[in-house]
Amino acid sequence: MRYGYNLSVGSRTLISCLLLSALFASTYAGAAGRTPHEEFPVPRPPFSKDIFPCSSCHAGLEANATRRVLKEEHTAIKLHHAESMRWCLDCHDSANRDKLRLVNGELVDFTESYLLCGQCHGNIYRDWKAGIHGKRTGYFEGGKRTYLLCVHCHDPHQPRFKPIKPEPPPYRPNDRKNAG
Amino acid sequence: MAATVSALALPTLSCKGPEREAFLQKHFLEMSEDDKKRVVKRLEETYRTAYGKQFDISTKGARPNTLWGYGLDLSRCIGCRRCVYACVRENNQSRHNPQVQWIRVLRLKRENLVDLDNSEHYYNPDLVPEEHFAYMPVQCQHCENPPCVKVCPVHATWKEPDGLVVVDYNWCIGCRYCMAACPYKGRVFNWAEPKIPPEELNTSVHYLGNRPRLKNVVEKCTFCVQRVRNGRYPACVEACPTGTRKFGNLLDPNSEIRYLIDHKRVFRLKEDLNTEPKFYYFFTV
Repeated sequence: MRYGYNLSVGSRTLISCLLLSALFASTYAGAAGRTPHEEFPVPRPPFSKDIFPCSSCHAGLEANATRRVLKEEHTAIKLHHAESMRWCLDCHDSANRDKLRLVNGELVDFTESYLLCGQCHGNIYRDWKAGIHGKRTGYFEGGKRTYLLCVHCHDPHQPRFKPIKPEPPPYRPNDRKNAG
Repeated sequence: MAATVSALALPTLSCKGPEREAFLQKHFLEMSEDDKKRVVKRLEETYRTAYGKQFDISTKGARPNTLWGYGLDLSRCIGCRRCVYACVRENNQSRHNPQVQWIRVLRLKRENLVDLDNSEHYYNPDLVPEEHFAYMPVQCQHCENPPCVKVCPVHATWKEPDGLVVVDYNWCIGCRYCMAACPYKGRVFNWAEPKIPPEELNTSVHYLGNRPRLKNVVEKCTFCVQRVRNGRYPACVEACPTGTRKFGNLLDPNSEIRYLIDHKRVFRLKEDLNTEPKFYYFFTV
C-alpha cells in the first residue's frame, strides 16, 4: 500500500485506552464464569413464523435422540448439511431448546449462531468478523449498523445459496421499448 | 468585440429568473459558502416546481484523512443485477429514454476471466448464477489518475480530496470526451431529458451526486457521495444479496477494504493503463 497512515497522537491514545478498557471488560466477563465473546450488531435471526421460543412446545416433550424422519413437526426441514454426520441435537441443546450448543458444551443464543457455524467454518468466520464474508448494512461510521448472521443468507439445514431470478438486462441501443 | 459580447450576453438576457441564475452560476469549486447556499436554495425551488417535492441538497465536502476504496468479491457475485437497480433508485437515474445505469454487470466464461472483449452484459437467463459463467460488475473505478478528468476541456469533472471523481452537471458541456477517455465505460450520457417517476424520487441528494440531472450532461457512479460522506454504505453494497460488495477508507488500517487488500488475492481492472483505480476485485475462494 502506498497510502500513508495518518492517525493523530490523540486518536492513538484514545485507541489504546479503548483497548485497555476492552481487555479489562473481557477479563471481568471471564471471571463471571462465561467465555467472553466479541459482540456484533446482528438483527433477529430469521425464524419461521411463531416458531420461537422453541420451549413453548418442547418444554413438555421428552428429548428423543434417535435419528429419524420427522413426520409430525418440522416436516419442512430437509437436512442437507453433512447430514450423514449430523443430527438436530448436535447443534440444538436437548435440555434448553431455546439455546444452541457448541461442541464444548457451552450454550449460546440464536443471535450468536455464528459461534456455532464458526466451529467448522473457521476461515469463513474469520472473514465474517472482519466484514469480508457476509453483509453489513447501515452506517460504517457514526450510526447504526447491522451485520447479517450466517443464517440470514444460508438456511442452516441446507446452507447452499439458492439460484435467483436476475433483474432485467439493460436495453440494447436499438431497442424500441426504451423509447417509451 | 462588441458583437462577441452581445452574442455571449444573448442567452443571459433572453431567459429570466432561475434559468438566468443557473446560466450565470460559478463552477462548484469556485463557489463561496454563500454561493452554495444560494444555488442550493434555487435548486430546491426548481425541484419543488418540477416534482412537487422538498429536496434535501447537501454540498458536504470531503472528510480529512479519507480515501474511499471499493472491494468486489468475484467469488461471490452471482450476476443478479440487484446492485444496478438499487443504484438507479438511489441515484435518481433516468428509467427509460434515456435509460441510464451506472453499473454494468459483465458475464464471462469461467475459463476466460480476462477476456473482457467477449463479455456479455445483456444476458437474461431464468436463474443466476449459470453454470460455466462468472460475473463481473463494472462501474466508475474512481481512478487516482483519472483519464476522464484529464480530457475534460472545461474542468467540469475532477477528483475530490477523498478520491471521488465527481461531475458538476451545471458545468458539463456534454462533449463526451470523458466517455471516450474512460477505459471502463464508467460514464453515461443523458441523450434526452431524464425521466424519473415522481413517487420513486430519492429526495436526499448531494450536489455532486444524485440530484436530478439535466439533459445533455454526463453522469457516473460517485460511490454514493451523499451516503459515504455521512458514514453510510453505498446503495449497491446494501442491495447485494450475496455480500459481494465491500467499502471503506483506504487510509484506515482497520477498515474492511484494508483487510481485504491485506488478506485476499486482489487485482484492479486494466492496471497496465496506469489509471490507479480505487476499485479492488478480489477472490475469497
